[in-house]
Amino acid sequence: MFTWLTIVTALRVLRRNRLRAGLTLLGIVIGVAAVIAMVSIGEGAKQAVQKQIASMGTNVILIWPSGTTVSGVRGAQGGAVTLTVSDALDLKKKIPFLTDTGWYTRGAMQIVNGNHNWNCSVYGTSPSYLTIRDWSYSSGGAFTQADLDSAARVAILGQTVVENLFDHGEEPVGAAIRINNVPFRVIGVFSPKGQSAQGWDQDDVVFIPYSTAERKVLGTLFLGSVGAIAASAASSEDLEDAVEEIRAVMRVRHRLQGEQPDDFTIRTQVDMGKVQEGTSETLTVMLMVIASVSLLVGGIGIMNILLVSVTERTREIGIRMAVGAKRVHIMTQFLIEAMTLGVVGGFIGVVVGILAARLTTIIAGWPTIISSDAVVIAFIFSVAVGLFFGLYPANKAARLNPIEALRYE
Amino acid sequence: MAVIVNPLIVCQDMWKVYRIGDVTLQALRGVSLTIERGEFVAIMGSSGSGKSTLMNILGCLDKPSRGHYWLNGADTGSLRSDQLAEIRNQQIGFVFQSFNLIPRTSALENAQLPLFYRGLPIKQQRALAAAALERVGLRDREEHFPTQLSGGQQQRVAIARALVATPSLLLADEPTGNLDTQSSREIMDILSELNKEGMTVILVTHENDVAAYAAREVVIKDGQIQSDRVTKATIHVAEA
Repeated sequence: MFTWLTIVTALRVLRRNRLRAGLTLLGIVIGVAAVIAMVSIGEGAKQAVQKQIASMGTNVILIWPSGTTVSGVRGAQGGAVTLTVSDALDLKKKIPFLTDTGWYTRGAMQIVNGNHNWNCSVYGTSPSYLTIRDWSYSSGGAFTQADLDSAARVAILGQTVVENLFDHGEEPVGAAIRINNVPFRVIGVFSPKGQSAQGWDQDDVVFIPYSTAERKVLGTLFLGSVGAIAASAASSEDLEDAVEEIRAVMRVRHRLQGEQPDDFTIRTQVDMGKVQEGTSETLTVMLMVIASVSLLVGGIGIMNILLVSVTERTREIGIRMAVGAKRVHIMTQFLIEAMTLGVVGGFIGVVVGILAARLTTIIAGWPTIISSDAVVIAFIFSVAVGLFFGLYPANKAARLNPIEALRYE
Repeated sequence: MAVIVNPLIVCQDMWKVYRIGDVTLQALRGVSLTIERGEFVAIMGSSGSGKSTLMNILGCLDKPSRGHYWLNGADTGSLRSDQLAEIRNQQIGFVFQSFNLIPRTSALENAQLPLFYRGLPIKQQRALAAAALERVGLRDREEHFPTQLSGGQQQRVAIARALVATPSLLLADEPTGNLDTQSSREIMDILSELNKEGMTVILVTHENDVAAYAAREVVIKDGQIQSDRVTKATIHVAEA
C-alpha cells in the first residue's frame, strides 16, 4: 500500500517538473540507447565476420608455401612453389583426421565470350577442393574426377564473371568461352559468396580442372606443383590435432631437418576468424565502454536533479516528518523517484536504441543484431544506475532534521 | 481505591543546550510542567524565550538534553527517531504559523498525509480526511490546491490534517500569526471547539488576545517558566 502510493506520489512529482525530469531522462535515454545501438552494431559486425569465415567452408585447413629464403634474404609468403599434388594425396592417405584434401593452382587470365572479355583469377582445382570450400551452384554443377583425369575443358564461373561476360538473361551454362584462347564449355555457375574476410570478391573467379589448367592454360613450374592445398577435418575439435599431423607429415615429405623452419604455412579457419573476431570484439568492448560512460553521466544527472529536488523540497520533507513519516518513508520516496527516472529512461532508451540500430542498417547498410541480452542488461543497468545515484540524495533527505527542515525557507 | 490517571504531559527539569562552535546556548533551563488531558494551554513568551524549543520537545520533534518528558506515560527521551515519528503520527497534531501544506497537492491529500504514513487503506484515508475537512468547513474545497485557498482556509486544512489522526495532543504554533483578524477568530473558534470536545490543545503565541482563548497561560522567559496560571477554570474531559 505504502509503496504503491509512494510510486503515485513520485510520478506526480516528476510530472510536475516535466521539463526537468525530461532533461534528466535524456541522459539515461542516451546512455541506454547508445548501449543497445552499439552492441547491435558490434554483434552485427561479428556475425558478418562469422558468415565470411563460414563461407570458406567448414573445418577447413589451408596449407600455403612459405616464403623462400635465398642466402638469408626472405621472400614473400607463398612466393615459392613447394607444394605438390602428391603432398595433398599423401596427407589424405596418412592422416585419418582429414576427410579430404584438395588443391589449386591459380593465375590471372583473359576470358572471352563473344564480344565480351574479362580478366580474373582462374583456379585450376581438384574436384575435392570444390567440396572442401563448400561452393554451391546457382545453376549447373561441378566438374568431376573424370574431368580431372581427362583434363576436360570445362569451367565453372563465379557470379561476378557471369555478370561481366554475359548479357543480362543470357544462360551461361552450356556456353562456349575462351580462357587464354583455349575453348571451354561452361558447366556451372557458383552461388554468390560475397566478400572474403580479407575483402576480395570471392565471386570474381573461374574454376577449371587442375589438370586442364596445368597442361593447357596456366602451365606450371614443375609437374604436379600447386599453389595451395586445402584439407577438411572431420570436426572442429580435430582441427588442432590435424594441423599438428599435417606439419609432421609435411616436414618428412619435404625432408626438413630438426632446426630448419617449415617451408609451408598452415592456417585454419579458426586462425583466420580469430583476427577478425578479435577486431569486432574490441569494437564491441570499446562501444560498450563509451555507452557505459554515457549511462554513468546519465546517473550523475539523476543524482544532481534529486539533490536539487531534496533541497527544494526540504520543507515538504519537514512536514512529512512532522506528521509521522519515518526515515525509511522519506528514503523510499526519493529512491522511487530515482528508480522511476531510471525505468522510464531505460524504457525510452531501449526503444530509441532499437530504432537507432534499425536506422543504421537502413541508412548505412551495416548489419545490426538487436541482442535481447543487451536490451535486458541495459534496462536493468539503467534502473540500477537510478537506484545507485538516488541513494545519496534519498539518504540526505531522510537524515534531515525535521525542525530545521520545517524552518527552511 | 483511588484511580491514578496519568497526566497527558509531564515535564521534569528539562534542559536544552545547543552548542554552536564554542558558544553554548541554553534554550531551556529546567522546565517542569504538567498538563492534564483536556486542557487548553497557551505558552507565551517573546522570541528567543525558549518557547519554540519547548514546543519542539512537546511535539516530539526534539529531545531534551537533560530531564524527562513523559507523553501519555512514555518517556520520550529514550526513543529513537523512528519511534518519535510514530508518536508524532499517532498522538500529535501540528498546526503551524505558515500552514505548512504540501504545495501542488490537493486539500484532501494534504489532510490524508498522517494516515498515509500510518499505512491505512486508501479508501479509509480518503473517508477520514474528507470527514476532517468537513469538520473544519472545507468539504467543498477537497480538490483545491493550497494556492487556490485563502490563508484562513489553508490553516483550516492544516487543522484537518492535525485532526485526521485523532491525536491526543494538538500543538498550534502561532496558528494565527499569518492571518487577518477575521480568519484568526475563525481558527481560534475551531481550536476552542475542539478543546470543548475534549482535545488537549497547546497554543504557542505572543498575542494576548489569542492567548485569551486558552484556560491556562504559561509564560516562558530565558528558558524558564516565569508564570503559570489558570485563567479559566474549565477542563473539558473527553467523553469516553
